[in-house]
Amino acid sequence: MTLIMQLYVFILAGFVGFLVIGKVPPLLHTPLMSATNAISGISLVGAIVAAGGQYGRASTVLGLIAVISAATNVVAGFLITDRMLGMFKHPTGGESKGGKH
Amino acid sequence: MPLFFQEAAVMNDSIAGMITQATYFAASVLFILGLKSLTRPDSARRGMQQAAVGMLLAVIGTLLNQHILTYQWILIGLVVGAAAGWPMAMKIEMTAMPQFIAFSHAFGAIAATLVGVVEYRELGRTGELTHGLAGALGFEVLFGALTVTGSFMAFGKLQELITGRPITFKGQNFFNVALIGVAFLSFAWLIYQPDAQWAFYTVVGLALFLGISMVLPIGGGDMPVVISLLNSYAGLAAAATGFAIGNNVLIIAGALEGAGGFILSVIMSKAMNRSFGNVIFGAFGAPPAAAGAKGPAKEPKSISAEDAATQLAYASSVVVIPGYGMAVAQAQHVCRELADLIEANGGAVKYAIHPVAGRMPGHLNVILAEAGIDYGALMTDVDDANRVLKDADIAIVVGGNDIVNPDAENEKSSPLYGMPIFRPWTAKVTYVIKRGKGVGFSGVENPLFTLDTTRMIYGDAKGALGTLVKEIKALSEGH
Repeated sequence: MTLIMQLYVFILAGFVGFLVIGKVPPLLHTPLMSATNAISGISLVGAIVAAGGQYGRASTVLGLIAVISAATNVVAGFLITDRMLGMFKHPTGGESKGGKH
Repeated sequence: MPLFFQEAAVMNDSIAGMITQATYFAASVLFILGLKSLTRPDSARRGMQQAAVGMLLAVIGTLLNQHILTYQWILIGLVVGAAAGWPMAMKIEMTAMPQFIAFSHAFGAIAATLVGVVEYRELGRTGELTHGLAGALGFEVLFGALTVTGSFMAFGKLQELITGRPITFKGQNFFNVALIGVAFLSFAWLIYQPDAQWAFYTVVGLALFLGISMVLPIGGGDMPVVISLLNSYAGLAAAATGFAIGNNVLIIAGALEGAGGFILSVIMSKAMNRSFGNVIFGAFGAPPAAAGAKGPAKEPKSISAEDAATQLAYASSVVVIPGYGMAVAQAQHVCRELADLIEANGGAVKYAIHPVAGRMPGHLNVILAEAGIDYGALMTDVDDANRVLKDADIAIVVGGNDIVNPDAENEKSSPLYGMPIFRPWTAKVTYVIKRGKGVGFSGVENPLFTLDTTRMIYGDAKGALGTLVKEIKALSEGH
């Protein structure tokens, strides 16, 4: 993939981010941050290749540390986001299930 | 072995490669939909669960990668990481959320930085390092390393392992600018001369140092901006990783986080009426330029818990304005108890949440939601809240200070001037629950405390609210 194609993807994703995230209400700013944090734990994908590619001992060690860090980031990030979002109760009481359409 | 890291180019032909690409595509879509679901509280949870499924798919897809020769280290890493992350996320107090997020940023950034180092070594060894790749790797380790140390510093300040006060020294800004300058020169040299290892590791080292020296001068109350910025940097590091290994899902996820963090930093800065530059280089809250020569200071009036309780019991409209003090004292549950009592007596209770109340964006919303307070009662817009305050019988400020300082509107010389604030004094009475007679984090006096309609209730938020609850209960039992 050429650099220019990557730049297209980056810029377009950035615009999507601005449009979508700009509409997130202040009420949910904390879960928003933990959500984007969890999602960017996708570096895990790179870490997995680095740890499993047998590029020599030093690289494997660095890769292993990277996998541990990224996995912690992903697991903790998604769980805490879920925990927080579960706390926001619907005004009519009970779990937030989306009453009206 | 050719082109380990340019996965996409090599793998598109094989079936496994196509499956991998399909999982990445699905993950990208689910991530965007997950963030979109956050625009509504009632769809948010489900959307983010789907995003988590997207992450799982991407991991499974990656395990099919033909460059992976041994799985043992991967599995060990995944198990250890999950075992560390799970209990942390389940046990952490909502009060400690800013520290937790800082910690999590650091971990993500460690991964991005190390992946960058491994790639640089491997590409250097196989002689495939191009100018473009060197640039991507440089960005990756620059933002990655900066985020690692910056986040650990923020964590230390929030956890009060180091002082939350700004740490400054003479020539600090010059020092930082020089540091950035040298880092960029090394970076430029790295792009020009991709196999110049010293340049690569200089970028890593300087970025690590820069993370520390950037967060050092920033005070506790400015943490919402810093955490948002680090959020953005962590995203940029992930995106740069995507550039370096030719992986779109990393670029997309990184760009999303980068955008999110940037938006939040802008919102936070605006809520303090300050620019980015001012937050980063201003070292606000350092020695306050003594707000002296203001005429004889008036003594604030206080009120007994009993009298306050009587008034609260008969109030028809109450607005609670929580600040970081409520979080520190873990007073959200007793606050809810108080609200329940007022509501049982026929009053209405609303909450006015300032965008920068707490130590990260939206912090107080989560804390009140934790106590089971209906999110419909949370007013997150300053203007809306001020309209409600005008008709309120009682405004209670709990552990907040700068967000209710009238000087922000009236006193041009105040460092807070221009910051959008709540106007509790427009309610009939204002109660201020405060630990002592000191000033807020910014070190600025608050004239609200000496207004004729203001009554102080001294004590820590949890204790003071608890006493009010007890008094109201005693009242209703008396009848």
